[in-house]
Amino acid sequence: MMNFDYVRPASVADAIAAASEKGASYLASGTNLLDLMKGGVSRPSRLVDVTRLPGLDRIERLADGSLRIGALVRNADLAHDAEFARNYPAVAEALLSGASAQLRNAATVGGNLMQRTRCAYFYDAGSACNRRWPGAGCDALKGENRLHAVLGWSEGCIATHPSDFCVPLVGLDAIVEIEGKGGRRELPLEALHRLPGETPERETALERGDLIVALRLPTEAKGFARHARYIKVRERTSYAFAVVSAAASLRIEDGRIRDARLALGGVAAKPWRAREAEQVLAGAAPDAAVYREAARAALSGAKPSGDNAFKIELAQRIVVRALTLAARGTPDRIPALPGSPFSSVAGA
Amino acid sequence: MTVELSLTRDPAHIRHGSNIGQPMTRTDGVLKVTGKARYAADNHPAGMAYAVIATSCIARGRVTALDVTAAKRHPGVIDVMTPAHKPELAEDPDAKGNPFAFRMELLQSDEVRYANQAIAVVIAETLEAATEGAALLSPRYQVEIARVGLDAGEAYAPPVVGIGNPAEVRHGDIDAGMTAATKLTDATYQTPAQYHNAMEPHAMVAVWDGDRLFIDTPSQGMGFAQMRIAGLFGIPPANIHINSPFLGGGFGSKGLISGPQVLGIMAAKLIGRPVKLVLRRSQMYGPVGHRPPTRQRIRIGTDDAGVIAVINHEARVTTSSFDDFYEPAADASHTLYASPAIRTAHEAVRVDTGTPLFMRAPGEATGSIVLESAIDEAAFACGIDPLEFRLKNYAEVEPTTGKPFSSKALRQCYARAAERFGWAGRPLQPKQMRDENGFLVGWGMGTATFPAIMFQGNARAVIRADGKGVMETGAHDMGQGAWTALAQISADSLGVDFDQLTFRSGSSDLPDAGIAGGSGHTATVGAAIHNAGAAVIAKLAELATTDERSPLFGAGNAGVVARGGRLHRRDDDARSESYAEILARAGLAEVDATGSGAADAAAQSQYAMHAHGAVFAEVKVDPELGQIRATRLVGAFAAGRIINPLMVQSQLRGGMIWGLSFALHEEAVMDHRSGRILNANLAEYHVPVNADVPPMEVITVDEHDPHVNPLGIKGVGEIGITGSAGAVANAVFHATGIRVRNFPIKIEEVVMRLG
Ligand SMILES: Cc1cc2nc3c(=O)[nH]c(=O)nc-3n(C[C@H](O)[C@H](O)[C@H](O)COP(=O)(O)OP(=O)(O)OC[C@H]3O[C@@H](n4cnc5c(N)ncnc54)[C@H](O)[C@@H]3O)c2cc1C
Ligand code: SF4
Repeated sequence: MMNFDYVRPASVADAIAAASEKGASYLASGTNLLDLMKGGVSRPSRLVDVTRLPGLDRIERLADGSLRIGALVRNADLAHDAEFARNYPAVAEALLSGASAQLRNAATVGGNLMQRTRCAYFYDAGSACNRRWPGAGCDALKGENRLHAVLGWSEGCIATHPSDFCVPLVGLDAIVEIEGKGGRRELPLEALHRLPGETPERETALERGDLIVALRLPTEAKGFARHARYIKVRERTSYAFAVVSAAASLRIEDGRIRDARLALGGVAAKPWRAREAEQVLAGAAPDAAVYREAARAALSGAKPSGDNAFKIELAQRIVVRALTLAARGTPDRIPALPGSPFSSVAGA
Repeated sequence: MTVELSLTRDPAHIRHGSNIGQPMTRTDGVLKVTGKARYAADNHPAGMAYAVIATSCIARGRVTALDVTAAKRHPGVIDVMTPAHKPELAEDPDAKGNPFAFRMELLQSDEVRYANQAIAVVIAETLEAATEGAALLSPRYQVEIARVGLDAGEAYAPPVVGIGNPAEVRHGDIDAGMTAATKLTDATYQTPAQYHNAMEPHAMVAVWDGDRLFIDTPSQGMGFAQMRIAGLFGIPPANIHINSPFLGGGFGSKGLISGPQVLGIMAAKLIGRPVKLVLRRSQMYGPVGHRPPTRQRIRIGTDDAGVIAVINHEARVTTSSFDDFYEPAADASHTLYASPAIRTAHEAVRVDTGTPLFMRAPGEATGSIVLESAIDEAAFACGIDPLEFRLKNYAEVEPTTGKPFSSKALRQCYARAAERFGWAGRPLQPKQMRDENGFLVGWGMGTATFPAIMFQGNARAVIRADGKGVMETGAHDMGQGAWTALAQISADSLGVDFDQLTFRSGSSDLPDAGIAGGSGHTATVGAAIHNAGAAVIAKLAELATTDERSPLFGAGNAGVVARGGRLHRRDDDARSESYAEILARAGLAEVDATGSGAADAAAQSQYAMHAHGAVFAEVKVDPELGQIRATRLVGAFAAGRIINPLMVQSQLRGGMIWGLSFALHEEAVMDHRSGRILNANLAEYHVPVNADVPPMEVITVDEHDPHVNPLGIKGVGEIGITGSAGAVANAVFHATGIRVRNFPIKIEEVVMRLG
């Protein structure tokens, strides 16, 4: 048996102490981590099981109208929370477009944020991968890379972040609450995941021992509830990661877009907030021409990292679609095929 | 260790009328859904140890070092089997005793011939210890450059393709056909490598008792497995007892015993204890066969009216560097469409993969998607509706042989499926239809066909003193429903009610039932059962009709019929006697007889024997995003006599889903440098999930075939994939006007051309 310590701390402080040792790793539901361990990709010497930590499994409405989601809330429970789905429909739709029902029942909020890339070379212990082994090289670069990054990649790593959940969240300015050796701190979700640059092995801004305890959605996030969609193109209708996805959240008043939030998934090592596009949209009348301009702006910095030039074109079209559908209005209920283009009317 | 595999049946299976043709639910259904059906890996004989294979991560080269010491030092590890430390084999696993003895890696050397090949086996007290032991071996390699893909080397003409088919077939004058043709479709298609991915991984639980071997392992061919194991270990086949009552799918990958299964037996021998070895999902991508990639060029020449003048179908396939299996992809063009000139030809390239093997309609599937797509192209080039084009070129006799068909209700299949689908009025031009939500809609069709194959199988029938019947045959239930369908045939053949029958199967101690492959198991074993039943009834009749105390005295063998556990006089139904009475008077505890089933060579030389079908598909395509969704599938199939409509529906639906999978999803992605498969798991090797499977309708068209076999059975296992794959691909063309010739159809091919 591959030996490792397994500890189940009773408090957050104990958890942090236990996880501050080299080689330790937090274990939530393990839907990602255990697969990595079985494949020999991760070999932690200690697992710090956080699933029984008290108080981290709650969804709390705070007095200022913001929402606090404990790191241990299950993906399915969050998506099926009626009030949550009403206030943040694109987030719920993104959650339900991910993985499978069984996985969503197990997966936690913290684990979803911290899940690792699905780059096949990262999972293949025989391949060179800078994330696994800094300086080893990147076998994806000249390999099978049709689904790899088109934004923010470096020669060192062209992987994407796979989470659907994070895409609308990053648009809504979600905040990550972290407890660590130095106490409590907060980080915008946008700053949690790092672009690879010269140090692809540093995937997030977390330091050793840092525990995500909650995710917060600021008060304004609710303001987009009437015009929010998540659209995800994938290679089968369910149980597949995004080829490209987009979350569009709009605030429309008097026939004008007052505020726009746009983020893309499957394009970069982080959920990609498209601020240039948001600027194009802000103040404009919602119409196809402006969506196309926004899409161009969103992908203006894109370049293929391999056989994936199509993703740049596809991403622009998805942006247009997500904006179109968001402007048309959030559907009354989450579609039966969440995130699927087939859950809505096609075309602009 | 004995294996008594008669199932307890549910009252729901009391028969209504005769058994054949009844939609009985599975006799093993309750066992399966309650978890009581014992699959191979569910067995835990006392003292059992666990074996885990260490596999190679290079595709070509040698293993230069294994850290056996580290593995052995790990707590719980019992032993490490390596080329230097393993039981002697009686036969070289690379010896080619017969064409079905595919070469396998049993640690005979340090050579690596493909990624995921076994290079050692760690045996331990627990699965975890064995797994960690295997990781601790930290192999070192001398790596050679891997040969990957259809252009990896010089192509050559294989000696044969499939099972002994000629690599090239010519019928008529190809050049004349090309000259005569006024319109030519000339297209090159590519199909990917695919892996069987049965839900149940290959597993082996092996127990040696002196020179007798007891194994639990999923097998589609226990007789073949016995022979192979006997040869390798130098023991008589009769000493090998295989228990294989249930398979969690095989799709061809369990037709022949694989290297890893034999390694489990070797491990048990090495440590002198029972051993269990189960492949991990990722380890199923290599040593247990696969469907090789193909590149197929097809030329179809027609006259202006759309009558085919020539079909020239060429296929390049890959095979392994060390053995010969050639996917007979082009052979799909032999039987379907009439043409005065047909040529099919194959060439092959050796690559560093495991040997490809039979997988879900080997050749038929790969060839069908290409032929049906090209037929669609040809029809379009002629401006003719695809169904009309197919009817115009309907083969009244088998084109390449000139033989009449033993039966062929394909016209009815076309008509019934087209009607049901609502094909009439389909616009000829693509990109003409949209749904109310703006999605592009396309309709496509394909013809399905699969040969009616039979192997050799045997059965033993018994009538006991209590009047009940027993049927024994070492048949294989891969999930297709053999426990049920064969029992139905058994009850009828013995003339007993279904609940008066004990049906024994799934063990090599029973009469050899041949192989469950080629969609020929029900036909083969059904015939054996039918003959065994007839033979035992003849014995009973002999006892009764020659005994003057019997009411049947003097009726003669032909003068009685068996029904409901009694023999009746044919000319006077009121005169009858029960089996129990007949045996009691004769003072016998039972009578038994054997029967066998095999293809009738005389009929085969006279007739072409195939099942047929027609599949119609509707897809929707997002006009900007290129996302494709199949929305409707209708198939009509003529496959001889239907033993159990429920099982047949399942088989055909499953087949059609494979077709959908072929067209839109399935593909093994290989790194072109390392030769490793990058998506060797069920998350990333995509098969359709429920949400991808559209409403489906399956129609079975009556077909009475007096020639194929006594029961008139053709096969239904594999035909569903043929026709369907092409139908879906053609529907994508019809929706978009884009002809994708690389399967599966990927989003980039569509999205970039949607404009
Ligand atoms: C087959 C498959 C398909 C999938 N498809 C999708 C998909 O389509 N879309 C999608 O978005 N996701 C998909 N997923 C990923 C899934 O969402 C994640 O596996 C899941 O969210 C991880 O949650 P977990 O609780 O199981 O985390 P774990 O596996 O327990 O942990 C994952 C990582 O997060 C770290 N971690 C966990 N909790 C914390 C915390 N509180 N603070 C700091 N670090 C922490 C762990 O140390 C580990 O490194 C898929 C997964 C699988 C296996
Ligand atoms: S893309 Fe990144 S994760 Fe993938 S192999 Fe390269 S370095 Fe590793």
